[in-house]
Amino acid sequence: MTYLPKPKLHHPSLQRNRVGFTRRDYEGAISTMCAGCGHDSISAAIIQACWELDIQPHRVAKISGIGCSSKTPTYFLSASHGFNAVHGRMPSVLTGANLANRELLYLGVSGDGDSASIGIGQFVHAIRRGVDMVYIVENNGVYGLTKGQFSATADQGSKSKKGAINTDSPVDMVGMALQLGASFVARSFSGDKAQLVPLLKAAMRHKGAAFLDVLSPCVTFNNHEGSTKSYDYVREHNHALCRMDFIPHHAEITAEYAPGEVHEVTQHDGSVLRLHKLPESHDSADRVGAMNYLHACQARGEIVTGLLYVDPDAGDLHAHLDTTPAAFNTLGEAELCPGTAALEAINAGLR
Amino acid sequence: MQPTDISNPQYFHKVVDCQWACPAHTQVPRYIRMIAAGRFDDAYLLNWDSNVFPGILGRTCDRPCEPACRRGRVEENNGEKPEPVAICRLKRVAADHRSADIEQRMRERLPDRIPGAERFRVACVGAGPSALTVARDLAPLGYRVTLFEADAKGGGFMRTQVPRFRLPEAVIDEEVGYILRLGVELVGQRRIDSLKALLAEGYDAVFIGCGAPRGRDLHIPGRDEAAAKIHVGIEWLASVYFGHIKRVGKRVLVLGGGNTAMDCCRSARRLGGDEVKVIVRSGYDEMKASPWEKEDAEHEGVEILNWLNPKSFVHEGGKLTGMWFTPMHAGVDANGRRKLLPTGGPDRLIECDEVLIAVGQENAFPWIERDLGMAFDEWGMPVLDELTMQSSLPGVFFGGDAAFGPKNIIWAVEHGHQAAVSIHNLLQREDVRKRPPPLTNLVSQKMGIHEWSYDNDISPDERYVVPWAPKELTLANIHQEVELGFDLQTAWKEAQRCLNCDVQTVFTKDICIECDACVDACPMDCITFTVDGPELDLRERLTAPAQNLDQDLYVSGPVKTGRIMVKDEDVCLHCGICAERCPTGAWDMHRYLFAESHAGEGQAAAPPASPQQKVTI
Repeated sequence: MTYLPKPKLHHPSLQRNRVGFTRRDYEGAISTMCAGCGHDSISAAIIQACWELDIQPHRVAKISGIGCSSKTPTYFLSASHGFNAVHGRMPSVLTGANLANRELLYLGVSGDGDSASIGIGQFVHAIRRGVDMVYIVENNGVYGLTKGQFSATADQGSKSKKGAINTDSPVDMVGMALQLGASFVARSFSGDKAQLVPLLKAAMRHKGAAFLDVLSPCVTFNNHEGSTKSYDYVREHNHALCRMDFIPHHAEITAEYAPGEVHEVTQHDGSVLRLHKLPESHDSADRVGAMNYLHACQARGEIVTGLLYVDPDAGDLHAHLDTTPAAFNTLGEAELCPGTAALEAINAGLR
Repeated sequence: MQPTDISNPQYFHKVVDCQWACPAHTQVPRYIRMIAAGRFDDAYLLNWDSNVFPGILGRTCDRPCEPACRRGRVEENNGEKPEPVAICRLKRVAADHRSADIEQRMRERLPDRIPGAERFRVACVGAGPSALTVARDLAPLGYRVTLFEADAKGGGFMRTQVPRFRLPEAVIDEEVGYILRLGVELVGQRRIDSLKALLAEGYDAVFIGCGAPRGRDLHIPGRDEAAAKIHVGIEWLASVYFGHIKRVGKRVLVLGGGNTAMDCCRSARRLGGDEVKVIVRSGYDEMKASPWEKEDAEHEGVEILNWLNPKSFVHEGGKLTGMWFTPMHAGVDANGRRKLLPTGGPDRLIECDEVLIAVGQENAFPWIERDLGMAFDEWGMPVLDELTMQSSLPGVFFGGDAAFGPKNIIWAVEHGHQAAVSIHNLLQREDVRKRPPPLTNLVSQKMGIHEWSYDNDISPDERYVVPWAPKELTLANIHQEVELGFDLQTAWKEAQRCLNCDVQTVFTKDICIECDACVDACPMDCITFTVDGPELDLRERLTAPAQNLDQDLYVSGPVKTGRIMVKDEDVCLHCGICAERCPTGAWDMHRYLFAESHAGEGQAAAPPASPQQKVTI
């Protein structure tokens, strides 16, 4: 960490986006993470993605739980709404907020401890219900705040900094998200912003439950030989599915590609995900194929990264429940409390 | 690209923009830190070592350091008016607050005498800044230096032409006095009118620092008829200094756009000139005067009129009444070269009572006998070795305005340093062209996990303005100094604007784990990890494009993934945040010391442990 706030001075050529902000306007307080923490890179990628998407900072809600990862929302988007929930309870707070106002962009920021241990039940149900959100797990495989015990996502056989070998099986959050019905599932690596930023942008523009597992090395407790979540290990075993470009709906699509070279997915809002095909890459619309592919790679000792699955036409919780499209804070007392007669009518309908 | 070789002393020297731009290579950031720490004597002596006249230069320097200052580039597009650090005026703070026993401390830091040096006699023609520098460098080594000066006192142009409202005489007396009291002989009121005769006196070396004493005249119709009220600027300024001239007409025209013109018009404002106009052939921006001198003149009510070429003087019965000017514009001549051309519009009459001509200065060496065999070029200038300042007569050296035409004080000082090295070499039977290597040092400034030996918290403040004496006071009295100098509180705040560009970001590629922390944390987007490529291609591919080609890219060899680290030095704040965010110490902040060696220095393999060496940041 550093004590100095980042100087306000910026590069003379720093650009403003379509809503008049520079990238620096999306920053937060100076990070108190350990120097070199992968989480800081994820924060930087979120800043970049929000700037590139011309997002109004006050139209974003950052909701997190407890842990190193859950501290990070302080370090980006300081002009956005934020809520630091009880440990593992980010998904229910986010679900509640989303039900009250669907117009905000919801970033659920969590970690492997917050989501795969204490909050696993919450994670499961928020995904299952299809809450419209970007659920980011900053996954480092250890409990950094309590000095580096294995977390639930630590691989079997990996070694702790003190030399202990992990005997438990890991929770595979990507596999679970696929199984639970997430409509956008991806994995990335904090050390690869070229991949992470477009994935974040696509997820932010996705309607439905978007899940992103981001491997994020813990420099202090999990960046040694024998760790499977270190910078070196992830780089050596990274199996990137395909390169993806994110093209917002207002951008003109200029480049032309030979058939079969790229596969384009148009999302709900008109944005296009352009996937540059690899010979052996799988079909992003095939949920079962994605699960198989994930497990096949895992069996070979490879960490598959990139966009695994997307359903561009997925619905979300509001669609399932047929809620009112207006945010609660725009409704008056008459709509929120329609009175005894309306209650009687509802009760009568249930008799 | 080739990985940057940071062991080359020039690489980091160039990153210290101010020091690189200073002809005498003054260690600017280091003395600014000393001022911030209240170590005025150390700051003064560090300056004195390089530029010899900190008090004088702190008021009058042409400050090539300030346009070069990184702060100006950093503040671009950051909302304020981009301004460099007030380096020159901070120098004056060191001079204003030095202690009374500074001369004692000065002597403690002088180099050792060279056995046998007292056998050699060196004559200097003139006692201006270049000759005084030669004396300052050579006298402590034991050489016997004699200065011959046409005026009574030393100082040259600084004393006779720079007006007192910019430079009080006491400041000159003190700083010239320090040098004379090193055992230098000043022979005042002796104009050298024959080099042959001087050489015949048996000096072992002669240094010529006689300035460019001849002001250029303007031979246009009416010049001779109205001569009584037409003066050559530098001669007029000297007459003002000597008290021969105490008044000037009410309406004064100053011809010319250089700093002498500014001194003339401001002096005229103080001697009864109510309506003073500066008339310049070219445009406002092309004027040779420093921007701040133009501002100061305008502040005092001087009007600057551009694009007017003097055509003739108007007189009635020998009395000057005005001048005709031809309107000009920037055009292209028959050969396609940019040139000032008449617009074709009607001439303009401007009425006046007195005219000061400040259209340039010329060198003149009527006292150097051509049969001595000294080579002169087609413009009548001596043929010199630019490195050594040596003329074609091996024992005769030049410096200051006498060498390459009118420059400024700080260049004169540097010429003096180089000539002194050459004279020392000549007398010690060394190769005259040999230059002593600079003293360099690169040391980590890390004191704790995020603690540095320098203050890395960048001040967001805009440049502070030096307070002025009230205009009623300064315009009424030509001896009243205009600028009052920073008070200590403001000086400290201004010092905090310095970016410490001598504290370098040093990258060790072998311990980098490519976590991107530095890339994310850098407030100026200076750092990129990317695949190698040719420089111009790389410059476009960085986190922020590196479009200032004068500023180097710091490039590493391949890191683990085969990419390279590229840092654009252009707008780095030297805030050390990259090093604070680096988990492995691959980035570290190292203070780079670059001290130019003067005569008798830099010869030993290891630098001697003089008190100055113990002075760190």
